[in-house]
Amino acid sequence: MKILVSVKRVPDPYAKITPNATGADINRDGLQMAVNPFDEIALEEAIRLKEAGKASEVVAVSIGGAESQEQLRTALAMGADRAILVQTDALLDAPSVAKILAAVYQREQPQLMLMGKQAIDMDENQVGQMLAALLDLPQATFASKITLENGSAIVERETDNGIETLKTPLPAIITADLRLNEPRYVALTGIVRARSKPLETLTPADLGVQVQTRMRLVKVEAPPARKAGKRVSDVHELVRLLREEARVI
Amino acid sequence: MKILIVAETDGGRVSEKTLPAIAFAQQQSPDNFTILAIGENLQCIETLTGYGAQAVLTVNHPALAKPLAERYAPVIAHHARQLGADAIVATTTTFSRDVLARVAGLLDAPMLSDIIALETANGKLVAKRPIYSANLIGTFEVEGSPVVITVRGPAWGKPNPTGAQSPVQSAEAPAAIPQRAEWLGLQGGSGGRPDLTQARVVVSGGRPLKDPETFEKYIGGLADALGGAVGATRAAVDSGIAPNELQVGQTGKTVAPELYIAVAVSGSVQHLAGMKDSKVIVAINTDPEAPIFQVADYGLVADLYQVLPELTELVKNSRA
Ligand SMILES: Cc1cc2nc3c(=O)[nH]c(=O)nc-3n(C[C@@H](O)[C@H](O)[C@H](O)COP(=O)(O)OP(=O)(O)OC[C@H]3O[C@@H](n4cnc5c(N)ncnc54)[C@H](O)[C@@H]3O)c2cc1C
Ligand SMILES: Cc1cc2nc3c(=O)[nH]c(=O)nc-3n(C[C@H](O)[C@H](O)[C@H](O)COP(=O)(O)OP(=O)(O)OC[C@H]3O[C@@H](n4cnc5c(N)ncnc54)[C@H](O)[C@@H]3O)c2cc1C
Repeated sequence: MKILVSVKRVPDPYAKITPNATGADINRDGLQMAVNPFDEIALEEAIRLKEAGKASEVVAVSIGGAESQEQLRTALAMGADRAILVQTDALLDAPSVAKILAAVYQREQPQLMLMGKQAIDMDENQVGQMLAALLDLPQATFASKITLENGSAIVERETDNGIETLKTPLPAIITADLRLNEPRYVALTGIVRARSKPLETLTPADLGVQVQTRMRLVKVEAPPARKAGKRVSDVHELVRLLREEARVI
Repeated sequence: MKILIVAETDGGRVSEKTLPAIAFAQQQSPDNFTILAIGENLQCIETLTGYGAQAVLTVNHPALAKPLAERYAPVIAHHARQLGADAIVATTTTFSRDVLARVAGLLDAPMLSDIIALETANGKLVAKRPIYSANLIGTFEVEGSPVVITVRGPAWGKPNPTGAQSPVQSAEAPAAIPQRAEWLGLQGGSGGRPDLTQARVVVSGGRPLKDPETFEKYIGGLADALGGAVGATRAAVDSGIAPNELQVGQTGKTVAPELYIAVAVSGSVQHLAGMKDSKVIVAINTDPEAPIFQVADYGLVADLYQVLPELTELVKNSRA
């Protein structure tokens, strides 16, 4: 069984993010970049399935500029067998990303596609569901547990109402939530060693995809700041202020 | 703008979580919005009928007894096309994230997730939404119609009752509903407490609460004294102290209650992303430098085990 995993290059989740001077993007000077944490989890799951003998090949795909090779190298170091970069400097909206991934899916014909539920930069949480619609495949989003058996996946999903379980035949699109697993740590030496693994570069045109961006990010700004309030000395003062000043209890 | 609102249901009951989407429609297009509810033997339709919708459409079908995206999305896409909707809208929840993004895929429509403001300028929609874990607000311009939208509940609030009742009309499911994925079960539930996203008061606990019994005793105890809901950090959920559906933050729920009490919560950006729009924030933490104090209206530097029992008693007495 072949598993395809998408990997997005995003700012490190612990980096400080501020608007730049133009106010149209964030300050990228010296900004540490990383694999989107949810994609790292998806990748870890795929690699574990391979290690358990349930998958034969793990292919990582990223869409972006040449620098996204770094994140694909990390994926290869974690244990992916090969990688595909769909190289473009265009600003893509989620439907465009989904269309490119759909074309890669058609070319690779995997039995399972795993990906993060959300990219931590734009936080849209759309691409997996759009991809499932485009490919007319069943979907299981926000997965916290995946069990494969007889050509199906039993997936536990984290919903607002609790853990939902569903069963879907494969192929399917499954998106990873945080508690699916804890990704392994890859040492720098592993990234160097992974250099011999294949990394193919394509363009959207090679895949026959014409992208058209209908949504544009025009401004980024800091949200209104909350100012720190007062320190109270004990619970008596706290309850009095909540009752008399804030009037919330 | 013609709006189609997708009601949140669990397949059987309509949820009040739909209300912020209705408030959005009242603001954007008060005379031209329709609500669609999907399930089997749907209950609580009256939750939707008092707010000026042109109609409340109900689709009841045995294949729709559980909210599976693969089944609901084509029903929504079908009615969006029939109605000629310019916007397909729901309140941001795991239900709408799952289902509506699939609808956007079926309709080849752009989608705005979790918006906090919307206006029209030069024929384009201009929306604001939190990005980068709510560290920043992004302004997005969108062209074309239809557009799929989820709205951040706390930013839109509750709709105004209009007095008149919207007609409830039963509507058809499209001929083919795909039935590949099957629903097997749901575990969870708020244990009789108010829903986290709608509660007036939320008490949240972090990793130092040790185990589920301690968490329930201290955090649950204070929440019950206040008639509130219980929340948790990711660290608390990951260590098995609190169930996952209580997680507040970037990857959990967004809440904006009148009162948010953060107990032994450090105040990471990811946690703040889900609660910093609360009206009044109280922080109780042993570390005077904890980042949570930077957003707290009232901060108490103290050990939770020493102060929470007394606080809970004081609250009980003051409410009695
Ligand atoms: C500088 C900058 C400017 C931008 N300008 C715009 C703009 O003008 N208009 C606009 O709509 N968007 C813009 N974007 C964001 C855009 O590229 C989003 O990535 C895209 O809209 C998808 O949203 P998301 O990443 O939040 O996807 P989500 O739906 O949250 O992502 C879910 C999953 O999809 C996969 N995925 C998403 N993107 C990729 C990718 N590139 N490669 C591989 N897998 C991927 C990942 O597995 C991810 O976990 C901009 C981004 C940056 C950094
Ligand atoms: C991609 C990503 C997504 C994430 N999403 C979320 C999310 O949605 N929600 C979320 O919450 N986190 C999220 N996180 C995790 C987040 O970064 C923090 O790790 C987490 O919020 C910390 O939880 P905590 O405050 O319980 O724990 P800690 O950081 O361990 O803080 C515990 C606090 O309790 C105080 N304390 C200790 N003992 C006591 C005592 N006896 N009495 C009073 N105070 C005490 C300490 O001083 C400290 O400030 C995410 C992280 C990543 C990378």
